[in-house]
Amino acid sequence: MSIANTLNLYWKYIGISIRAQMQYKVSFIMAAIGHFLITAVEFLAIWAMFDRFGSIDAWTLAEVALFYGMVHIAFSISEGAARGFDLFPSMVKSGDFDRFLLRPRSTAFQVASMEFQLLRIGRLLQAVIILGWAVTTLDISWTLPRVLLTIGAIGGGACIFSGFFVIQATLAFWTVESLEIMNTITYGGVEAASYPLAIYRDWFRRFFTFVVPLACVNYFPALAILGKPDPMGLPTVLGWLSPLLGVAFLWVTLQIWKVGVRHYTSTGS
Amino acid sequence: MKAYLAILSSRFRMLLQYRAAAVAGTITQIFWGWIRVMIFEAFYRSSDVVQPMSFEDVVTYVWLGQALLAMIPWNTDPEIRSMVRTRTVAYELLKPVDLYNLWYSRTIATRTAPTMLRSVPIFILGLAYFGMESPESTASAVAFGLAVIGAVMLSVALSTLLNISLMWTLSGQGITRITAAAVILFSGLTIPIPLFPDWAQTILRLLPFAGIADTPFRLYVGHIPPHEVIWVLAHQLIWTIILVVWGRLLLNRGLRVMVVQGG
Amino acid sequence: MPQVTVENLRKTFKIAERDPGMWGAVKGLAVRRYRTVHALDGIDFTLEPGELVGYIGPNGAGKSTTVKVLAGILVPTSGKVDILGRVPWKDRIEHVRGIGVVFGQRTQLWWDLPVIESFDLLKDIYNVPSDAHRATRDRLIDLLSLKEFLDTPVRQLSLGQRMRCDLAASLLHSPAMLFLDEPTIGLDAISKLAVRDFIKEMNRRNGVTVILTTHDMDDIEALCDRIMVIGSGKILSDGTLEDLRAKVKRERRLVVHLAHDGMDIEDPDAEVVKREGNQVQLRFDPEVISAPNLISRIASKYPVRDLFVENPPIEEVIAKLYREME
Repeated sequence: MSIANTLNLYWKYIGISIRAQMQYKVSFIMAAIGHFLITAVEFLAIWAMFDRFGSIDAWTLAEVALFYGMVHIAFSISEGAARGFDLFPSMVKSGDFDRFLLRPRSTAFQVASMEFQLLRIGRLLQAVIILGWAVTTLDISWTLPRVLLTIGAIGGGACIFSGFFVIQATLAFWTVESLEIMNTITYGGVEAASYPLAIYRDWFRRFFTFVVPLACVNYFPALAILGKPDPMGLPTVLGWLSPLLGVAFLWVTLQIWKVGVRHYTSTGS
Repeated sequence: MKAYLAILSSRFRMLLQYRAAAVAGTITQIFWGWIRVMIFEAFYRSSDVVQPMSFEDVVTYVWLGQALLAMIPWNTDPEIRSMVRTRTVAYELLKPVDLYNLWYSRTIATRTAPTMLRSVPIFILGLAYFGMESPESTASAVAFGLAVIGAVMLSVALSTLLNISLMWTLSGQGITRITAAAVILFSGLTIPIPLFPDWAQTILRLLPFAGIADTPFRLYVGHIPPHEVIWVLAHQLIWTIILVVWGRLLLNRGLRVMVVQGG
Repeated sequence: MPQVTVENLRKTFKIAERDPGMWGAVKGLAVRRYRTVHALDGIDFTLEPGELVGYIGPNGAGKSTTVKVLAGILVPTSGKVDILGRVPWKDRIEHVRGIGVVFGQRTQLWWDLPVIESFDLLKDIYNVPSDAHRATRDRLIDLLSLKEFLDTPVRQLSLGQRMRCDLAASLLHSPAMLFLDEPTIGLDAISKLAVRDFIKEMNRRNGVTVILTTHDMDDIEALCDRIMVIGSGKILSDGTLEDLRAKVKRERRLVVHLAHDGMDIEDPDAEVVKREGNQVQLRFDPEVISAPNLISRIASKYPVRDLFVENPPIEEVIAKLYREME
């Protein structure tokens, strides 16, 4: 199966999913607006805090907006594109996963393209606005490497979050209970990465750098873009490697997924 | 007798299953609580200005929010959602009770049961290890207790209104999301209302959302003196009445539309 | 050369056991005890191209386990399976490209999509060339009379319509084999007939090999040249319908229409199995008493309006076979 053919099929899946959502247009628009507001509220809260306190550990609102915009764009992309993995536990429970095994395509591909949640455009839109504001407000010369790094970091972030969704889905092959723990890391990660990691306590920073490499696709690249040194003393060059790390992370999770599928086909439950 | 015992034991096992979910939920809420606390910590150390609320009070306020999170009306009842989707709401009318009362009392259960299960461990851990403080005084504790009851009544009235709005499938989903956004920000759950810009506070104190979290929490930390509990309760009660009347009107209209359409 | 070869196929499941009650649930978290279940306990058979085989057995006998293994979505514990030269679970993607599968209880189509769009999507999933796809699709639409609801979303179809669409969907990539898991379950009489006619047509005309699991014995009688009965993970019987009947004790039925209602028949060699109005059904063993003898004896004793001899219904044959297994 050629890559072109697979991509073509992916677009078709997405097109179908979008058309299905468009069957209830009013409902979709209301939901997207709702999603926009619910995520915009998060930034409104950050703004309110800056209004009162002025700065957070010498970081300005515009700098925080850069972190915020990057992580939220990355998350909204994976939320829209890897949503199928989010729905996956209920598929395993109902036995609908068998259907995917009967089709001549990779299971990960089919699950990923199962549903494209267009209403996530609400989050994407507000994140783009905030990143746009940060980019224009901050005094940064936008050289080509900086632009590429921003795009790479967002892509890497989308890979990391997609990887979280894949892990959560893979766990469903063994248990369907207590999966909301994974949500803690996913949504908690988004919340935490909306601020520079340097503001948190040590144990927390280490967790999101070494255990869950979220810092690598958001914090370090943003430091490199801002031209700031890491207050923790880690080399800034990490920022340039980090988008690759996101891809590597996703690749590893997909290998774990394959183990899960093998487990499923040998137990049949 | 045997059948009765079987049902009893299956109930117990079900509760045990819920307990796994409760443990997961508690860990999630603690994790979130820590993120919040650390963000406030960073803000407080960045400014020398005396704030309208002390850092210690904010920490306690954050943990109260995490402990009582399940009480906040931020989502709709999945059962009512599926009843609307499968068009079986009409069967609810077959039950010989007032539908609004039925839904209201059901929502009381869905809002309080998980709260009771989850708040205890967070209170214990919060007080012992996470920097949460005990109530300012016995009077504050009593005032807090009363205000929480008022908050439940108010929260349930708002939840029920949201559940009813689901009967309009086209707009219901969006309306509930938008309301949820308002609840999360304006109830004080994200940041305590005293930390909002001064001009915004006047409006936020009048809106119903403050009565769900902010005013009870501030009674707890003593930011509102205990004797002012009467005003807190009055605010909660007035909004509860408004939301109940609104909910009843909306429900009647929804049912009429449904009967006409034969849904 | 056989199209399907199955040799000594075994599948054992480990099922976690839990002591009943509250304490059992708690204990289950720490220590797990397993019970081994032999879902398939050494299955052997071969299928030639173009066969139409009924695969029947009581619930939990191993029917769907077999179908899942053959379809490539379940890996067996041991044994050999060769379908069209491939091992299903080793080469899943290539394998499923050559087979069609229909589960009666579950649709393979996209719930919110119009039928025709599901078909188009399947074309891309299976990578069928456009001309070939159009030709196959139009023929299937024609044969199954799908035209009127092609633009209807699947969720709005009746069960019968949906099953016809599912059948078409499973054949769009022109597979050589078709697995049907209870395709007539829950269908009304007319839809059942349409589905049966179509299966027969695809098998006779196009030479598609069909494996059919069902609980509906009318399906079996109408369609299958060969019937395999599975029980407790073993093949109990493999042969024609007549072979199956012969397997259980020979038995005939005599149906008598009496002249008046409410009369009773008594005979030393025949047993009354059913009484309905003026119709009485008797069971007899032709080795104890021959049919002509029984008929003349009854006709001489009772006012008979009409009578005829028949085989026992296939359901009872099967039920008897199941009972004998236990």
